[in-house]
Amino acid sequence: MDMEAAKLIGAGLAAIGTGLAAIGVGNIWGSFLSSALRNPGAADGQQGRLFVGFAVTELLGLLAFVVAMILIFVV
Amino acid sequence: MSAAVAAEPAKVDPMYQFTIKPLAELELAGFDISFTNSAAWMLVTTIVLFGFVLGGMKRQLVPGRWQMAVEFFTSFIDDMLQANIGDAGRKYVPYVFSLFMFILFANILGLLPLGVVGLHPFTFTSHFTVTGVLALITISIVLVVGFWKHGLHFFGLFVPHGTPLLMVPLIFVIELFSFILRPFSLALRLFVAMMAGHVLLEVLSSFVIDGSNAGALWGGVVGLPSFLLMIGICALEILVSGIQAYVFALLTVFYINDAENLH
Repeated sequence: MDMEAAKLIGAGLAAIGTGLAAIGVGNIWGSFLSSALRNPGAADGQQGRLFVGFAVTELLGLLAFVVAMILIFVV
Repeated sequence: MSAAVAAEPAKVDPMYQFTIKPLAELELAGFDISFTNSAAWMLVTTIVLFGFVLGGMKRQLVPGRWQMAVEFFTSFIDDMLQANIGDAGRKYVPYVFSLFMFILFANILGLLPLGVVGLHPFTFTSHFTVTGVLALITISIVLVVGFWKHGLHFFGLFVPHGTPLLMVPLIFVIELFSFILRPFSLALRLFVAMMAGHVLLEVLSSFVIDGSNAGALWGGVVGLPSFLLMIGICALEILVSGIQAYVFALLTVFYINDAENLH
């Protein structure tokens, strides 16, 4: 298998990581919504933590994108 | 068939939009300090930011709309610092405000549809060098404040209260590694979010162009849904610009809180 094909296959496999990150991000908002519906008064105060949690989780998914980019353009 | 199609389809390079082009070549003692498109957009962001804040400095007792907008942002940052650090946090308001507004304006200015008038905006926060420097400034402030205020007790940050003595060496190493990773994750988060968004927009726009070039059928099947998706992704990008600026500032505040109040 030549290098170019291997790089592109590797980049495609790295994209699986974004799907896994999507599960994580959906988890964050799903639990926020279900607990916000139980206690709507306390929901607005926690929005800051919601977005921090989202950004931190999203980073790990975007790291998969970074791996794909490194494979295509750098290696 | 459309006669406007080139004989050979051009290869789409979504990474070309991130190239740094020197606008004015300058050199100092052998170092290249040219004024690049990235620097030009940093200048534009600074001017817009100054204009925004100065426009709200009328100091009316009953504020007008512009003053209210500026006060919204300043009180937002002030509350964030006060809630997380306490009264000692108020001296960081200038830095965190500048950081937050600079990143926010940079991200949003990079999304402006100025391409219709021929000017292509450049998101300078989509380069790891820029976000790396911002994260470096934050971590430097954290380290300087931490060691100035607490001396060598700052290392007590890495040993949480109540750890059994046997686990202290292991916990110390893990916490130290996690601390060292902080500036990297801070820089990487903003950089990758911005780069990924713009690459996605570029790829979708290439679908629109290639679909339309291939004829009316493909233009409708591929080009039109891609265009509608681009509108949605642009809205998402505006949201992500705000979120990433907010998260950068909030994590800065958390890290400064670790330095100010050790636990």
